Amino acid sequence: MRMAGRKIFISGDEAVAEAVRLVSPHVISAYPITPQTVAVERISDFVEDGSLQAEYIHVESEHSAMSAALGAAAVGARTFTATSSQGLLYMAEVLPYVSGARFPIVMMNANRALAVPWALLSDHRDSLSQLDSGWIQVYCEDAQETLDMIIQAYRVAEDERVMTPMMVNLDGFVLTHTYELVELPDQAALKSFLPDYSTDNKMDLDVPKSVCLAAMNHYMEYMMKQELDMRNVESIIEETDREYGDMFGRSYGGMIEQYMCDGADAVLVTLGSVTGTARVVVDSMRSEGYKVGLVKLRFMRPFPKAEIIEIGSKVKAIGVVDKDISVGYEGIVFTNVNSALSDLDRVPQRLNFIAGLGGRNVSKAHIRDMYMQLLEVAEGKEKEKIQFVNARCEYNG
Amino acid sequence: MDRPKVVKYKEPERAEDYPVGATFKAGHLVQTNSGWRTFRPIIDQDKCIKCLRCFLVCPDGAIDKSGESLEIDYDFCKGCGVCAHECKVGAIRMVKEGADEDGR
Repeated sequence: MRMAGRKIFISGDEAVAEAVRLVSPHVISAYPITPQTVAVERISDFVEDGSLQAEYIHVESEHSAMSAALGAAAVGARTFTATSSQGLLYMAEVLPYVSGARFPIVMMNANRALAVPWALLSDHRDSLSQLDSGWIQVYCEDAQETLDMIIQAYRVAEDERVMTPMMVNLDGFVLTHTYELVELPDQAALKSFLPDYSTDNKMDLDVPKSVCLAAMNHYMEYMMKQELDMRNVESIIEETDREYGDMFGRSYGGMIEQYMCDGADAVLVTLGSVTGTARVVVDSMRSEGYKVGLVKLRFMRPFPKAEIIEIGSKVKAIGVVDKDISVGYEGIVFTNVNSALSDLDRVPQRLNFIAGLGGRNVSKAHIRDMYMQLLEVAEGKEKEKIQFVNARCEYNG
Repeated sequence: MDRPKVVKYKEPERAEDYPVGATFKAGHLVQTNSGWRTFRPIIDQDKCIKCLRCFLVCPDGAIDKSGESLEIDYDFCKGCGVCAHECKVGAIRMVKEGADEDGR
C-alpha cells in the first residue's frame, strides 16, 4: 500500500541526514572538517536533540572514521559515515577491510574533484577511483533519490545474501548544497521495509569467532566468494527498488533507468545529476523528431553488464558522459561500458565525452551537441572518439 | 593439561560454502605449531625447583604444570627459548632439533 509522507524543502546534505535519522543507525562516525559536508552536522544536531538515538563519534580523520565504523560493525552495529573527495581517498585503505569482512556499512560520498589543482566543485574521480574496493556504488540524480537510496542502501547491504558495504554518491554542490522539495517516508511504514539489523557476522561472546582473519592459503577462495555474492546483488537491488516503489511511490528502475530509449538511434549514458539536464534535452529533441534516448547508469558496482549489452544491441550509437578521466586512457565509465559492449557481435559506434571536470558546467547546449554528434556517427560520419566538452582551449589529442 | 584440540579442517568444495566475511569459528586449532621449531627446550628435572617461572613466561602456554613435574607440550612449543633464558637455576637447555639430548 502506498504511504504518503511529509514533504520538506531541504538540501541534498539534509536529505542524507533525514534518511539517516529514519534508519536510525547505532553508530555514526565522522570527521567533521573539510572536505566534510553539512550532512554530518545535521546528524549530530539530531543526536544532540535526541531525535536520533545513536552513538556519534567525532574522529580525527576519515581513515579513523571508517576504522571506527568497521569496529562498530564488527560487533553487529548498524553504522553510517560520510565523506567527500580527498576524505574518501584518505579512508581508502579501510574500504577493502570493510568489504572483505562483509560489514554492511553505508556511506554517503559527496562527489568532488581531486586535488591538484584544487577545485571545490563536483566531478566523479573520487568515487570512481574506488571501484575496485569491493563496495556497491550507486549514483543519485537528485536529493529525493539520495534520501531514498540511503534507506534502500541499508536494506540491500544488510541483506544476508549481500552483506556488502554501499557507497551512496551524490554530486557535490550541485546536489549537496542546493535545495528541493523532498518527501520523507512514513517512519512506521519504514519499519516494515527496513527491519532492525541482526547478523551472525560479528564478534560475539556467546558464539566466539575469529573475525577479519588472515586467510593466507584461502585468500583467493574468499575473494571468489565475494565476487559470487556481488553478482547476486543486482537482483536484490531490483527487488528492493520494486518493493520501495510499492510502499512509498518512488521507484528508480534498479540498476539503470532507460529514458525514451525505445526506437532510439543514439543514447547517452550518464551518471548522477547531469542526468536531469540530459532528460530535458531528450524531451525537446524527441519533440523535434530526433531519435535519441538516455541511459541513467545508477550502479557502477556491481556493473549492469547485461543491461548495457541489451541497449547496445538495439541502438546505432552510444555516448558516455564521463565526469572523470583515467589519465593515460579514457573516461572510466567509458571503459566499463566498452567492456560490456565487447560481447556483442556488432558493437555500436561509441563516443566518450569528458565533461564537468572540476565542476565545469555541462549545459543543455553541450548535451544537445553530444546527441547531434552521436546521430552523425550513427550515419557513418567520423568524429573524435574522446572529447573534452566545454573546455577553455583547443585540444589536439 | 587442558591441551588445545587439533581438529582436521574440512575445506569447502565450492566458493558458495565459504563463510560470509573473513571469519572462522574460534576455539579450535587446525594444526600444531611444532614444525616451526629449530631448537627444543629440555627440562633437567633434577635441577628444576618448580618455581613456575617458565610456566609464566611461555608465550604459547606450552608448559604443563598439572603433573608431578613440569612438562613441555612439544606439539605447541615454538622453540623460542624464553623459558631457557629466564630459568634462574639453569634447568632448561635448548637442544638443536634432530640432535640427541646432549646436542650430538
